This record gives sequence, structure tokens and C-alpha cells, in this order.
Amino acid sequence: MAKIQLNGKKVVIKSKYSILDLLKKYNLDKKKIAVEYNGVIVPKVFFKKKYLKNNDKLEIVHFIGGG
Amino acid sequence: MEDNLKKDIFKVAGTSLKSRLIIGTGKYKSLSETAKAVKASGASMVTVAVRRVNILDKTKPLLSDYINPKKTIFLPNTAGCFTSGEALRTLRLAREMGGWKLVKLEVLGDKKTLYPNMIETVKTTKILVKEGFKVMVYCTDDPLLAKKLEDNGASAIMPLASPIGSGLGIQNKVNISLIIKQSKVPVIIDAGIGTASDATIAMELGCDGVLINSAIAKAKKPILMAEAFKDAVISGRNSYLAGRMGKNHFATASSPTKGLI
Repeated sequence: MAKIQLNGKKVVIKSKYSILDLLKKYNLDKKKIAVEYNGVIVPKVFFKKKYLKNNDKLEIVHFIGGG
Repeated sequence: MEDNLKKDIFKVAGTSLKSRLIIGTGKYKSLSETAKAVKASGASMVTVAVRRVNILDKTKPLLSDYINPKKTIFLPNTAGCFTSGEALRTLRLAREMGGWKLVKLEVLGDKKTLYPNMIETVKTTKILVKEGFKVMVYCTDDPLLAKKLEDNGASAIMPLASPIGSGLGIQNKVNISLIIKQSKVPVIIDAGIGTASDATIAMELGCDGVLINSAIAKAKKPILMAEAFKDAVISGRNSYLAGRMGKNHFATASSPTKGLI
């Protein structure tokens, strides 16, 4: 188990959990989002291999209506 | 007229746009209303914001479920960013999301007026251009600063007509005209347009395009207003291309005086 911060909220995940696993858990299409991992943008090709650990900070963003 | 329109192509950073009207997608009642307004406006480019995904609500509909990014160009915007760092972070994420290089930069300086912080804006434009972005830049209507943006590689100059969301229309036609005359890149009025005739005035001044959000989204009937803007922009452009008559202080009769009975 690991405690991470996802979009400002505390989330508990299983160990050996990748960014891709997390996206699946929240039903997010990787084509429509971008991920920042501890302040660094993660290219989509690394989603599968990037495993999450305790105290990691993740931001997942998408496009919404705006001016 | 048809021939004229065919030759009169609107290009931003090498991308041809069918319409000179760009639509902001904020402030609508629903995503379905947003999509209908975009369709009615005929716009081929819309601005979008980058925000956190709501992880608690898995069923929340997405903008891209309603507006297809393959058919309508998404222009990621840095609305709400008050520092260069925030704006850079937002646009780098936007680029990662879908490979967008064409973006809109705005770095705000004051919460009450939402006036752009031009010092930060110029600095950020420079960095983004270096990183390979094509940057359309929201700015004040100061001709010197507009020139500075162009010199730093901006793909389009986007001066405000009046403060964002104010609906006050073009407050300084002289400055907008000066910016149009000096700029080699497109000049697009970005903020403050209140109603369709304001857009016509902008186009008659010689602007290459207008960006509208609140004036459509906050109209009593947004979809009808989107249509009104479509016509207003086309009319204004045609009027600019046609070249208006000269102004006289005295009357000139429309009918010949010869043969009067």
C-alpha cells in the first residue's frame, strides 16, 4: 500500500501500482489527459512503467470549457 | 463577393481557419449548449482551459465528448494564470495532452480588472517560442508592447477591446488601428466585446479576427447570438475589404439634379 496525493486529495493505492493502473481505476482515457508526477510532466509512453510510491504527488489534468 | 471570400484566407501560424470568429467555451449553462453555440457560430477554433480532472466523479461528461477536437481546433489557454510559471506549466501540460503547439497565452496581473501583466507576458512568450510553441498572445492595446510581442515571436497579437467579460466593446479604436497597421502577424480582438456590432466594428477597423466568449454565453439566447456574431464578423470583414466611402461634413444628394422638374 502507498499513500499518494492525487489532484490535491489523499488517495491510498496498492503497491506496484503504475500511472496507467491509476488511470484505469478512475476510468480516464490517456488520450484525453496529461499527468504531472512530482512536478514533472510524464510522457504517455511511460505511464505503464512509472510505479507510484509513498508521498508521490500527482496532477491529472484535462481540457474544460474556458475563454 | 464569393471570389473575394475564397481568396481572403485567414491563417494563424500556418493554420488556415475557415472562420475569423474564434469562440471561448467557458460560462455556458451546459456542454450541450456550448457545442450548439460553437456550431451556430461557424467557428473552426475554440479556446479551452486546462484544469484538474474531477477524480470523485467518474461519470462527468468531457468537453471533447461534445466538441470533436479533430473537427474543431482546440486552442489551449492559460486563463486564470497570474505568473509566468503557472502559464508555462499549463501550456506544457496542454502540449503533452494532445500534441498542441498552437496555444493562447494570457498572464493576468490584477484580479479586479483581469488586465494582462505585460512584463510577464513578454517574458513568457519568449520562453514558449524557444520551446517550439506557436503563441497567440493576449495583451493590452499598447502598440509598443504589441510590437515587442511580435519581435519576440508571437504568432498572433490579441489585444483587449476592454476588460475580460465586461462587454464594454472597443474602448480605444486608435490604438487598435495602430496595432493593426504595424503588425505582420494576425491581430485578433480578444476580450470585452459585448454584442455583434462590436465585432463588426473590430473587423471594419481591419482586425484579422475576433475571439468571443461572454457576449455569446451570457446572451439571453446564446445560440441565436452565436449566429449573430457569425454574420457580424463576415459583414465587418466584407465591409473592410470593400473600403468605406469618405466622410463629408455636408450632404451630397443621392439623386442627380439634372432633369429636375
